[in-house]
Parts: sequence; structure tokens; C-alpha cells
Amino acid sequence: MSPGYWQGIRSVLRDLRAGELRVLIGAVTIAVAAMTAVGFFTDRVSQAVAIRSAEVLAADLVLRSNRPIEDTFLRRAEALGLGTAKAVSFPSVVVAENATSLADIEAVGDGYPLRGRLRTSETPFGETRTESGIPEPGEAWADAKLLARLGAEPGAVLGVGAARVKVTRVLDYRPDQGWSFVDLAPTLLLNERDVEATGLIQPGSRVTYRQLFAGDAPAVARLRSYMEPRLGVSERIRDLSDAGPEIRAALDRAQRFLGLAALTGTLLAAVAVAMAAGRYARRQIDPVALMKAFGARQSFLLRAALSQVAAITFIGGLGGVALGYLSQAGLALLLSDLAGGNLPAPGPRPVVGGLVLAGVVLTGFALPSLVAIRRVPPLRVLRRDLSPPPPSAWLIYGAAVAAVLGLLFWQVRDVRLTAWLAVGVGLLALVLAAASMALIWFAGRVRGSAGASWRYALAGLARRRRDSVVQVVAFGLGIMVLLLLTVVRNDLLLEWRATLPENAANRFLINIQPDEVAQVRDFLDAKGIDVVLMPLVRARLVSINGTSIGNLDFESERGRRLADREANLSWSATLQEDNRLVEGDWWDETTSAGQVSVEQDFAVDVGIALGDRLTFDVAGETFSATVTSLRTVQWDSFRPNFFMLFPPGSLDVYPRTHIGSLYASPQDGAKLLELIRAFPSVTVIDIDAILGQVRRVMDQAAMAVQYVFLFSLAAGVLVLLAVVESGRDERLFESALLRALGGRRRQVLAGAVIEFSVLGALAGLLAAGGAQACGALLSDQVFRLEYSANPWLWLIGSVAGLLLVGGSGFLATRSVVSQPPDLVLRRF
Amino acid sequence: MTELAERDTVLASKGLTKKVNSPEGPLTIVDHINLTVSRGESVAIVGASGAGKSTLLALLAGLDLPTAGEAWLDGSNLTELDEDGRAAVRARRVGFVFQSFHLVPSLTALENVMLPLELAGDRSARDAAMAVLDRVGLSRRIHHYPRQLSGGERQRVAIARAFVAKPVILFADEPTGNLDAGTGKRIADLLFSLNAEEGATLVLVTHDRSLAKRCDRIIQLEEGRIA
Repeated sequence: MSPGYWQGIRSVLRDLRAGELRVLIGAVTIAVAAMTAVGFFTDRVSQAVAIRSAEVLAADLVLRSNRPIEDTFLRRAEALGLGTAKAVSFPSVVVAENATSLADIEAVGDGYPLRGRLRTSETPFGETRTESGIPEPGEAWADAKLLARLGAEPGAVLGVGAARVKVTRVLDYRPDQGWSFVDLAPTLLLNERDVEATGLIQPGSRVTYRQLFAGDAPAVARLRSYMEPRLGVSERIRDLSDAGPEIRAALDRAQRFLGLAALTGTLLAAVAVAMAAGRYARRQIDPVALMKAFGARQSFLLRAALSQVAAITFIGGLGGVALGYLSQAGLALLLSDLAGGNLPAPGPRPVVGGLVLAGVVLTGFALPSLVAIRRVPPLRVLRRDLSPPPPSAWLIYGAAVAAVLGLLFWQVRDVRLTAWLAVGVGLLALVLAAASMALIWFAGRVRGSAGASWRYALAGLARRRRDSVVQVVAFGLGIMVLLLLTVVRNDLLLEWRATLPENAANRFLINIQPDEVAQVRDFLDAKGIDVVLMPLVRARLVSINGTSIGNLDFESERGRRLADREANLSWSATLQEDNRLVEGDWWDETTSAGQVSVEQDFAVDVGIALGDRLTFDVAGETFSATVTSLRTVQWDSFRPNFFMLFPPGSLDVYPRTHIGSLYASPQDGAKLLELIRAFPSVTVIDIDAILGQVRRVMDQAAMAVQYVFLFSLAAGVLVLLAVVESGRDERLFESALLRALGGRRRQVLAGAVIEFSVLGALAGLLAAGGAQACGALLSDQVFRLEYSANPWLWLIGSVAGLLLVGGSGFLATRSVVSQPPDLVLRRF
Repeated sequence: MTELAERDTVLASKGLTKKVNSPEGPLTIVDHINLTVSRGESVAIVGASGAGKSTLLALLAGLDLPTAGEAWLDGSNLTELDEDGRAAVRARRVGFVFQSFHLVPSLTALENVMLPLELAGDRSARDAAMAVLDRVGLSRRIHHYPRQLSGGERQRVAIARAFVAKPVILFADEPTGNLDAGTGKRIADLLFSLNAEEGATLVLVTHDRSLAKRCDRIIQLEEGRIA
């Protein structure tokens, strides 16, 4: 190895021992620790969220077939250490004493469900409990709706084909009960061992066999790749990506929140490392000048700088990864209950990520400063006033900006979110720089009329103009991120939660015949329950721009599936409040036919664009419409929404039913039972369970984000301390000089505290503005929420800045002032 | 210029001039200096503050470039070399002792002395540094940091560092300037005795007449010119 590299490594080791690198390595360690803790933890939480979401399948992976499934896949899954369970479902008429009803018979085997839990109650709509098993052979758990239709009570014996089963519990919730709000027949849950006794499974029967698998993600992935090429014609694999649009929307938002949390760590880390690296580089100027006087060449010093950065990357990176791992373990312990048991182990990505992060941060924020000092003239050994020419601003800021953007993108993997964050931060930095320059100018004007400590403080600000600007910007960014994390984040979470109000629709009514619409509405009106009813026409999309669906190429399997399946069409005169028009125009009152508005994600998946002509088949008749608008739909509003909407009147000639949504309070159970009895063909779907599931996913994500933000808060405070520390040498000297000239310790300390407090208050004030703006941008552009400005931010920001920066300044300066002036002056 | 590159001439300058811009207009700090220093000779450069002593030393050592004229060091024309070229000449051939010691605060006494050898990639740096620290009487303090040493001890470390690479020429800028009289004398004794033992050429900048008198030759500078 060249002597230059050795020199760099040796100097790092020596400086480390001498405490010179304490701040820089500390900053890198904290930076990496914050990020890797976030990385490790979000990795685990994301996995946990995915597992919780996997409840919609009751497994991680499901193989479906309309024929009995061979044991080959089962054996393979067992060999891979995966959990397995069987389920068979088929429609059948269930017979009670005096009544019959069509039901969805679900026969499940031991281990079911692999993800999520069954919930039952003793009486219909009664208090529920979580089950850890399945019905015993000869027993059944029946849906409340089924019991209502049959006029039966728990304890009744029901006939299913040739078998007779006793209803022991009322089935309240089944993880894989489905997300689609149609085709839901009331369920009767049996033990799989009773299926044969029913004698209902005959050739030609409509039976769906499901083989459920769950376990470690890699093993599940291996099983999937094993199964895919071996699937039979009727066999289909389903996994989380097949989950409905509602859960996808909730998950997407949860991931954005987690991404935002990780992002803040990145920003704070960058500021801390830049300040510490600047200080380290300044302290390297004399040794570098000396080495040049002794004959060190530029290439030698460049190699030394590179190996210094490499050594610091290694030491700080490893330390940070270790600290990050420890921190996340404590965090995971705290969250174990909320995450619904033990979180899965983190993957190795954050370890590699931590080391890469250390390298990128140091390359972006330390290397330009360290490389620049090699240009110090060797003459500095005789003339202390000579400094290295300042490094090119393009290099310094270019490297930093590139590093920040790279890290932001790496964390959020979303160009738009990265861009908005970068724009917010960049604008704030510019505003802060301009404002702090104005303050310093103002301070210079007023200091003549102030007391000694104030004069010293304000003079300090004015004299260190460039440093003051940098510090205000750094503090401002730090405080802005803290405000974003706490106040604005909370506001955003509240807004987000507010989109799911407590009285959101929790029951869907389907299969309402046109002649029942008025009666159902009157019935519910009489019971004091509001209902929203929408018409529904079942159709099939047959061609796009004249090309039949079968001949079209789809980019994704999902697109083909969406295009292939039966579509629910509806009409509306106005755009519903949870819909947003993104392209084209909504129709006016005079439009009666020939136009269709398509949901944007559906359009993207299926490959539909504005102006396309879509042809539908309704019960053998075809009609066409032109796409005149695209909309986004807030699926988690749980109101009836449709991929395709038409102007009123355009579907009048086709057979239709109605679909409704309503909010039923827990006391409304009996009223709904009456509704089922009064309208036997109407199916009431209880979406409380689905809502609850989505809420749990949201709560879990929000809780995780909140804890992740605690790390970022700690990182923010450390950034402030690093900034204070970076100006320590100068303060040490000044305070010693002032005290040597007769200044009292208290005066000197007061001056420093005032200086930091003024810096902090200004930074805090401007940070409040920045956080406000970023919050508004984020909520509007990314989270699609209404954001109302929080006036308290201004007060919180300035007081927080004053206390944080003033307090840090006090703590840092106290030790400086405590040093005997003689000792300090002799060092300089 | 052959006379400047002569075998016995270790240091030479011809028309060496340094001008700088000041608020009052151009200022000549070193003004057409011609001198030669022979191998093994000791030369003191004396003069009042601002006479240009330190600037002349910086030009002769290749730490700075003249505005006009030439400086030759051990056969190399410093004015024709780039910064790396001048650094290469200084490495191994030049030692420095400074008024304010210039020890690296994060390095121990031993590590400070090892520094010039390490820069040259010398693998025996440690042994050589230990030996020279022993010669300056600091063998018991090799693991002390500069802040743990007295002013005299720091300067002895600096002298050990200057001699460890066995330089052809030693430049000393006010080596006793920061020391009390007694310590200053002991440091001067050490400097001259080591210089004599090593057979190095010594160029000394000083205010101190008694120190200057110990040199073979005294060059008096007044307003940048040899008086």
C-alpha cells in the first residue's frame, strides 16, 4: 500500500485516540445509527404490516383450484418449513327446522387460518372473542346473516347435504372472508373432516379447493417459484399483491409515512456530518502545511485524504450499524404488542445500507473539505494567516446536494416525494440564509445600544457572518424537520385519520332489486338509518377501440384480470366527494349517453387512455362509450365506488340492482336483522370487520412512524450539539481572551447563551414557516389530504429553537468558560 | 547559473525578489538578494522586524515562490519547479525548526519525530525517531503529547524532528524566540551541537545577536536588502 494511504489510516487512528475525530465519527455513527435503526425497524415493521395485510388471504400464499390439489406442493412446502392448511368451499343450501338458505360452505382443516384469527360470538351481533382453533367435527360456526335467514339460534342443528352439524358459535369474522362487496353469501364454517359426510362434492360440483401456505418470506418465494411452472390449467396462485384496492391504498400511505420518517434521519445526518467534517478539516490545515513543508506531495495528501474518509466510513459506519441494531431491538420490544407478536427478524439490507450511507455521507460532506486542505500553501508554517484556497463551491455544494438527493431517493424510492422534500429543504435553506444575513446586519446596527453581554453576543454573530449563516441554516433545517416530525406529522396523521370518521359506512347492502329500492329506503328511514344507494349494472368489457380484450396485450397480469372479470357499472350526475378528476372533463346535465369516466389506477392497469372507445356487453347486448375523464378514488372511504361511471340515463335499459352503504351503530343489530327478514334477497355485508382491519393496519403504521420519529428527534438534538461543537475552538479562545481581559465568567457565558438563543429563535421561526409549507405541499401533492395551517407552529418553532439552541450553547460553552484562560491561550 | 549549482554550494540565490500588493500599493519585501551558502556552513540572517528575514527563508526553502530571481537548493532550481517538485526537494534534504514549534497536537513526541520519515515511506522511522529523541534527551517522554511538554521540551522534539531525516540543510526560524533566556540557550546549544555532528548546513533567522554570533556568517537584512 502506498505511504499516502498508510498515512491517512494512521492519522485517523491517532486522531481517534487523541479525541480529534470524536465529533466527526460520532456524527457519522449517529447518522448511520439513526438510519439503520430506522432501516432495521421499518424493514421489520414493513414485514409485520405485510403479514397483517396477509390476513386477507389467511395465508402468505394461496393456491386455488377447482379440482382437488395434489400433495406435491404440500410436501414441498413442508420441506421448506412452511405452515400449511387446507380449505374447501362450495355453495349449498342449508336446511334448518322450517327454513332453507343458500350459504357459502367453508370447510377448513387444522391450522386454518395461517394468518389472522377467526372471531366468533355466542349470540348474533353479540360480544366477540378471538378463536385459536376451528369447529370440531360435527360442529359448525354460522354467520349471523345465515342464522337470521334460517330463523335459527345458536345450538340449532343444520343439515348440509347428508350431514348434520350443530351450530356452536356465531361466526363474526374470517380473515379471508373477502374484500369484494358482491357475491358474498352467508358463511357456514365446518371442519374439513365433515365434507365427505355431506356427500355434496360430486363431479361437476362448483367447488373451490384452497391450499394455504405461510412462513418466512424467502421460503414462500422459493415455493412460489417452484409452483409457478408446475401449475395445472385450473390452478391459480394468489398472494398479497392480489389484495383489494382498499388495503393497497392504506398500505401505500403507511409506506409513505415510514419513508418520510427515514428521510428525516438522512437530512439531519447530512447536516451533522458536514459541520463536524468542516471542523476536522480546519484542524488538519496545520499538520497538512507541515507535511508539505517536509516534502509531502499533492498525490500523497490526496491518498491520505481518501484513506481517512475510508477509515472513518468503516469505523463510523460499523459503529452506527451496531448502535442502530441495538436501538431497533429496544424499539421492537416496545412495539411487540402493537405489532401483534414478535416482529420478524430484519434483513441484511440495512447493514449494507448503513455502510454505504456512511461512505456516501462522508464522500458528499467530508471529502471535498478534506481534499481541499491539501492546497494549503506550505508557507503557512511561517505565516499563520495563510489558508488553503476555498474549495470550489460547485464541488462542495454539488457533492452535498448529490449525496442528499441520492440518499433521499434511496430511502423513499419515489422521485416525486424526493423532489418535493428537496425543493422544500432547498427553499428553506435559501430563505434562512437571506433572513439570517438580514438579522446579522440588524444585530450590527443595534449592538451599540445593548449591554456588554448582548454586545459581545451580537458582535459574535456579526463577526462570524458566514458561520452564523451556516449555523442558522443548519439549526433552521434541524428544527424544521423536528417540527415536521412532531407537529406537522401529527396534523397530517389527524387529517388522514379524519378521512375515516367514526361514523363511516360500516354496512353494505347488495342485491337490492329496482322495485325494492324505495321500500328499503323507507324501511331504513323509519329506523333512523341513513343510506346511500347506487345503481349497479353487471357488464363485461369486450373491446377497447375496437380491439377485443382477448387480443390485447397487457403489461401486467393484474391488468388482464381486471379487464377479464365482470365489471360493475354505475351512473352519477355529479362527481362524488371522495373522487377527484385528474384528466378530462366531468359531464354536464345535458349528457345522456356515450361517455364514461374511468378510475385512474384501473385505466393504467388495463391500458385505457382518455378518448378511448370502450365497448361493453350487458346480458348479450353491447354498447360503446368514449372515455371523457379519469378519476382517482379514495377507496378507504368505504363508500360505494366504481371503476367505471356513466352519465345518468345511459344504462336505464339494462337489468340492474342497487348497492347501498350505511352506518349502523352497535345498537342497530336488531334493526338489521329485521331488514334481512323483510328483504330476504338483500344481503347485508358487515364491513366493520374490514374497516377494523384497515384501521389496525393504519394504527400500526402510525405507531411505528411515531417511534421512528423519536430516533430522528434524538438525531436532531445531536446535530445541534455538533454545530455548537464545531465552533468550539474559536469560542474557547475568545472566552479565554475576554476573561484574561477581566470579563467575568457569567458575562462571557451570558454572551454565548444570548448568541445561541438569538440564532435558535430566528432559525425556529423560519423553520416553522418551512415546516408549514412542506406540510401543505406534502399533504396536497403526496398524501392527497386537506391541510389546515397550524398557527401554533410559529410559537412552538421559535421557543423550541431558543431553548434547544440556547440550551445546547449553554451546555457547550459552560465547559469552555470553565477552562483556565492561561491554559487556553497557551494552546493557541 | 553553473556557479549556483556548484558541488560545494548548497544554497544560492540570484536577484531574489518578492513583492506583494498592500493597501498602500506594491511592497517589496525581499529585494534582489544574491547569496551562496556552502555545504556545512552556518549562516544567520538578522534584521529588524519587517526586514524580510522570514520571507527570505521561505523563498530559500522553496516554501514560497519569488516575484523575480532564482533560488537553488542542493543543485535544484526551485523557481523552475512546481509545488510537488519543490516538495520532493525538501523531502530528505531540508529540515525545519520553527519559532512556535509546529508540533502536531494529536501526535505524541515520537510520532511527531517520525512524521518526516513516514512521509518518505521509511520503514525504520520508529527506530530512527527513538534514537534522535534519545540524543535530545527526551527518551523518557516519547509518548507525551505536545500539550504535556514544556516549551523547551517541545522545541527539542522539533529539533529531533528536523534532524531525523538527516537533512542536507536546516532552516531555523527564530528557534529560541518563544523560550526564556536559559531554555533558549540550552536549545541553541543542542541545535549547534547536533548540526556540527550531522555536518548539515544551517540557515538561521533570528533577532538574537548572541545566537547569530555563534554562526559562521551573519547576513544583515534591512528593508529587504543585504546591508
